[in-house]
Amino acid sequence: MIALTVAALTLREAFRRRVVWALLVLTLVLLVLSGWGFSKLIGLDTDLGTMTSGEARLIASVLLNLIMFGFSLIAAIGTAFLAGPTLSGEVESGQALAILARPVRRSSVLLGKWLGLLTFGCGYVALAGLAQLLVVRWAVGYWPPEPATGLLLLAAETVVLLTLALLLSSVVSPMASGIIAVGLFGATWVAGVVGGIGGALGNEGVERVGSVSRVVLPTDGLWRGAMNAFQDPFALAQMGQGEAGFPFLSDAPLTAAYLAWAAIWIAVVWGLTALSFQRRDV
Amino acid sequence: MASADAATVRGVTSGAVGLADLPPSPAVWCSGLRKRYGRRTAVDDVSFTVGRGEVVGLLGPNGAGKTSVIKMLLGLVRPDAGEVLLLGRPSSDPRSRSAVGYLPELFRYQPWLTASEVLDLHVKLAGADVPRVERRQCLALVGLAERSGDRVGGFSKGMQQRLGLAVALVARPELVVLDEPTSALDPLGRVDVRDIVLSLKSRGVAVLLNSHLIGEVERVCDRVVILDQGRVAASGTLAELLGQREVRLRLAGADQRAEARLRTAGAMSRSGDWFTVQLASDDDGVTVPDLVRDLVGFGVRVHAVEPVRISLEERLLAVLRHEEPSHEEPDKPGVEP
Repeated sequence: MIALTVAALTLREAFRRRVVWALLVLTLVLLVLSGWGFSKLIGLDTDLGTMTSGEARLIASVLLNLIMFGFSLIAAIGTAFLAGPTLSGEVESGQALAILARPVRRSSVLLGKWLGLLTFGCGYVALAGLAQLLVVRWAVGYWPPEPATGLLLLAAETVVLLTLALLLSSVVSPMASGIIAVGLFGATWVAGVVGGIGGALGNEGVERVGSVSRVVLPTDGLWRGAMNAFQDPFALAQMGQGEAGFPFLSDAPLTAAYLAWAAIWIAVVWGLTALSFQRRDV
Repeated sequence: MASADAATVRGVTSGAVGLADLPPSPAVWCSGLRKRYGRRTAVDDVSFTVGRGEVVGLLGPNGAGKTSVIKMLLGLVRPDAGEVLLLGRPSSDPRSRSAVGYLPELFRYQPWLTASEVLDLHVKLAGADVPRVERRQCLALVGLAERSGDRVGGFSKGMQQRLGLAVALVARPELVVLDEPTSALDPLGRVDVRDIVLSLKSRGVAVLLNSHLIGEVERVCDRVVILDQGRVAASGTLAELLGQREVRLRLAGADQRAEARLRTAGAMSRSGDWFTVQLASDDDGVTVPDLVRDLVGFGVRVHAVEPVRISLEERLLAVLRHEEPSHEEPDKPGVEP
């Protein structure tokens, strides 16, 4: 009950602070621009001749992943910067005093914050992602093989990052927590790309960088699963083995073990956050 | 000892049928509270009680540990040692705060909510069933009836503190903790707060009031706890703390016999014709008339008899400057088995 009250409060904050409206405008601009760009793909004159609809769909599949990455980035940054100030910011400002002096468990308050942010982040990813898929379908007639799985994995990626941002928010200052969360998100993505290049070059050591980073912070692993669900199954084959390190194509779907690890990761980090928040003097 | 006392209070509040007639447990009972921040000891062995319906003032200089004590009572800060019972429940149990209203020293409320939405939120968090009319009355009580639909972000500091007062009062509390409730208020607002505290007292609501305004505390509090350097420097009822009344007499022709008689009434000092006698705190009111009668009987001319009352401010300063021995009251839970 308390958790739901706090979740509703968190969502209301996102609306009242115009975070939602800012994201809506940004997303609309991105959708319109991408729709315009995709519509230009068919019949595009390239050095190799006019692009066929099949080639256009292939390129669309890759571009779709690029744009989806944009959305996941927006959602990640949005939730990280919303989650960042939520605990330490409210403690610093004094807002937490009146709330935590009520007959509430801190874990309930934390759960409410988490649920509110989760609804916000996942809602955004699902709606903006679906809109983008529809735009691509309208423009070039491409529809990904597993759109629901892709969107779910994007949402899971957002949940991982917001859970991390909440943990950081319980131990460091509001601004630092947002910056560190987004920084780690970016670093893991880069590590994933480096690992992909290592794999393409057959260098196991470099490839391990990506594997380890995907275990330490599952955002990149989930992102790769989402890409795999969005991309044309023939795209990777057509791009050729030499392009296996390409950052906007994924060579395999996620395993059940990795998904389980991501769920455990979220549970463990959430538990650490609850412990840290419980012990914190406000 | 403290644990045994806590167990006693817990036993009483457990709702056993045979104990139903016993008086309720104190609004606040704390024993042996300690808190260190790094190397600095903020609170050291603080114990006191706030009875039901009692108004207790928490006084002390800056950094005395008053806010830390309040936060430990409310479970906002973890004590390194000590026990707290709020309304008969240990403070580790969130339900102990079900009927507690709190106005923090650092008052800040969600700027994106309206004043009435802030109250709605706190009613929900408190799990209370407070009708809308009563919430509106609460805002009216603190002078915010006209601004109930305005966002808190546009409020002045004084208005935010008034809102904080409404938040503390809205969920029908049995204990209200006010930490510097008038720090941002104008003189009119201070009078409003005083009236609100007196109204709470008349309704049997316990109040723990931390304020720098000693006059404010003196007017509304039944008892005072003075903290200094994290320790209880003195505590007791106002009568106990201010009980050291004095009487000044201007006498002519006072001989040794008269001075000896003066000394029997209390510690005496002389400055020219003026004699000051400290009266006992349990003076029954006949000491001075009897003294004057005897002095006149000795042939002394009594020109003036002036009662001198020590103010709380003087008493506080004396305690903090260690100019007189402090006397701590023995702390014990207000419920006896």
